[in-house]
Amino acid sequence: MGRKEIQQNGKLEPFNLMQKNSHKEPTHLFSKRFSKKKVLEESVTYLLRTLTYLVIVLAGYLFLDIAYKGSKAIFKTEAPFINTQFLTEKPQTLHVFEPLEIDKKLSKIRSEVLSLNIKTKSLSSANTEQAKEYSTTIKAHNNEIKRLDILRKKDRLTFSDTEYRALEFTPSLDEFKYNTYAYSGGGIGPAIIGTTLLVFGSILIALTMGVLCAIYLSEYSKPGRSLQAIRLSILNLSGVPSIVFGLFGFGLFVLYLDWGVSLIAGWFTLALMALPVIITASEESMRAIPKGFREGSLALGASKWTCIRTNVLPYALPGILTSSIMGIARVAGETAPIMFTAAYALRDRLPWEGLENTTDFFFQGVMALPYHIYVVSSKIPQNEYTQNMQYGTALVFLLIVGSFALSSIILRAKVRKKYDW
Amino acid sequence: MNVNFQTDSKKSDTPSTPKAVIQARDLDFSYGDSQALFNINMDIHKKEVTAFIGPSGCGKSTFLRCFNRMNDLIEIAKIKSGTIKISDVDIYDKNVDVIELRKHVGMVFQKSNPFPKSIYENIAYGMRIQGIKNKKELDETVETCLKGAALWDEVKDRLNQSALGLSGGQQQRLCIARALAVKPKIILMDEPCSALDPVATAKVEELIHKLKKQYTIVVVTHNMQQAARVSDRTAFFYLGRLVEYGPTEQIFMNPENPKTEAYVSGRFG
Ligand SMILES: Nc1ncnc2c1ncn2[C@@H]1O[C@H](COP(=O)(O)OP(=O)(O)OP(=O)(O)O)[C@@H](O)[C@H]1O
Ligand SMILES: [Mg+2]
Repeated sequence: MGRKEIQQNGKLEPFNLMQKNSHKEPTHLFSKRFSKKKVLEESVTYLLRTLTYLVIVLAGYLFLDIAYKGSKAIFKTEAPFINTQFLTEKPQTLHVFEPLEIDKKLSKIRSEVLSLNIKTKSLSSANTEQAKEYSTTIKAHNNEIKRLDILRKKDRLTFSDTEYRALEFTPSLDEFKYNTYAYSGGGIGPAIIGTTLLVFGSILIALTMGVLCAIYLSEYSKPGRSLQAIRLSILNLSGVPSIVFGLFGFGLFVLYLDWGVSLIAGWFTLALMALPVIITASEESMRAIPKGFREGSLALGASKWTCIRTNVLPYALPGILTSSIMGIARVAGETAPIMFTAAYALRDRLPWEGLENTTDFFFQGVMALPYHIYVVSSKIPQNEYTQNMQYGTALVFLLIVGSFALSSIILRAKVRKKYDW
Repeated sequence: MNVNFQTDSKKSDTPSTPKAVIQARDLDFSYGDSQALFNINMDIHKKEVTAFIGPSGCGKSTFLRCFNRMNDLIEIAKIKSGTIKISDVDIYDKNVDVIELRKHVGMVFQKSNPFPKSIYENIAYGMRIQGIKNKKELDETVETCLKGAALWDEVKDRLNQSALGLSGGQQQRLCIARALAVKPKIILMDEPCSALDPVATAKVEELIHKLKKQYTIVVVTHNMQQAARVSDRTAFFYLGRLVEYGPTEQIFMNPENPKTEAYVSGRFG
């Protein structure tokens, strides 16, 4: 290799370069040489590094943005610093009372700014003097607006629905301007509970079905055409868009099996969607178990199932758990599959409230965080109060999904410790 | 044909030897389309050590794995014709329970394969899967098996530590002890010492010698000296055929077949 390079250098590089090099310091066998290859090498490294950091920066920005905006909803400045109302209460209409005086002033200034803007536009280009004057007034007005806005935010009164109803004296409408905003008050308690239920249920279903399938595929099935076909279809399944899964779940579970829009329909739809990942990951984990474990066990008179149960599954478990829970955490974030099958935009009762039979528990729709984000972002008029709700929900959702992933990693570490190989 | 004649003659030569526990008759074995064993006839005698020697790929492991039907695990493996009887039972008969067979015929693998459990649990595994839960019985068996495999003194203070922490030689003896725990009558060993150093090898050989009193042992080896040291009978395989089979001294000192002579004297292999 080295020799080749030297030869190449000798041919490709201009003669004086070589000479210069040898002038500065005596060239020994391993002395550094300039070559196009090296430049290419370095620029490729540089490019790759920049790209990687760019991705990381973007992801970091995304997360920080959500964390910053969301924390306004979750945290408070006074003790206990956590906005328990947001985390536990149901979504409610927000009742807002803004000081009338300030509001009047604000709207006046705003209309002035507007008219000034129009005037500026209609000015001829020659009249620069006048334009300057206008723009300074606009600036002043804008500053005034900012000041007043801060005052407005300080002096306004906001009530969630329950609070509003409990009020003894409603603020007088002579002093305050009264407005209501749907979905902007209260909290996201039912959605947190709904999502947790959805995730746990679908993990349970998907893990059981997935691991059983994987056991069959890795231990029992015979290699051949049909196995290849199964593999291929599983692979294809993982490429199906989530909305199609949603539609499928809607058709099969909600309509045909007549489960209605319900927790259980959502579980199965989500589980189905996570299955390909779980099956593939579990099968791989099981295949990674050395042949010796199986042979050793069988040679001692273990039946096939005993061998799998005692000498394959335990050692494959860490791998199965991590990749499966990661997979399901991803799937649980999907809105499309639960949109038609399990999610309600608003539900007053918590899942365990007001059940006639215990089985009713499974056949009720729930609120869910991803769907809630969708609803507050696209189904209601946007205003300054909904943003809090959107980002707060997003942050809580991220934290929940993240904690699932984290717990899977911890679980793996624990199981690994027990079944190390 | 020649082969056949030899084995048969051996049998009639030594009528006073102990009864044959494993009898292979006209065995043809193939992996898919490629035949691995051709017309093997062999009697393996009770409480003796029988060594299989022969160049790589000649079918020693294949033949050995027929005795506890480990070849069942290989999809394409098939016995085309012939029978193998153990204690006069055709082990490929439909009525044979493979699990019972494997309890009767234990196996130690070339690459030692202790389970990633504690030393104790490794030995207890064979009993646990039979549903034995009695702590006292387990304790006793673990101790006797470890003593039987000459490992007790080395590990008695660390029974609850992982078996993976043992040295290679200890691991192999642990695998032997594990095989003993299900109380087999026959033990098959496929190159048990191939991964071990001379000291560990000597220990395993010593152990084989000791176990001979109670068990019938079949051992595959590439080490001529080892075959000569531990075995009572030696079988030489070549290209899927049993070339020569007889008492070990005869195979090594006075082989009938020139190929055997060439192989044991190290002129090919
Ligand atoms: N699982 C298998 N599938 C197909 N062919 C196999 C398989 N196992 C072994 N064979 C073939 O059968 C023949 C005998 O193999 P076997 O493992 O019995 O040889 P061996 O005498 O034990 O060799 P070694 O001393 O190297 O272990 C070889 O030609 C081998 O390629
Ligand atoms: Mg072999």
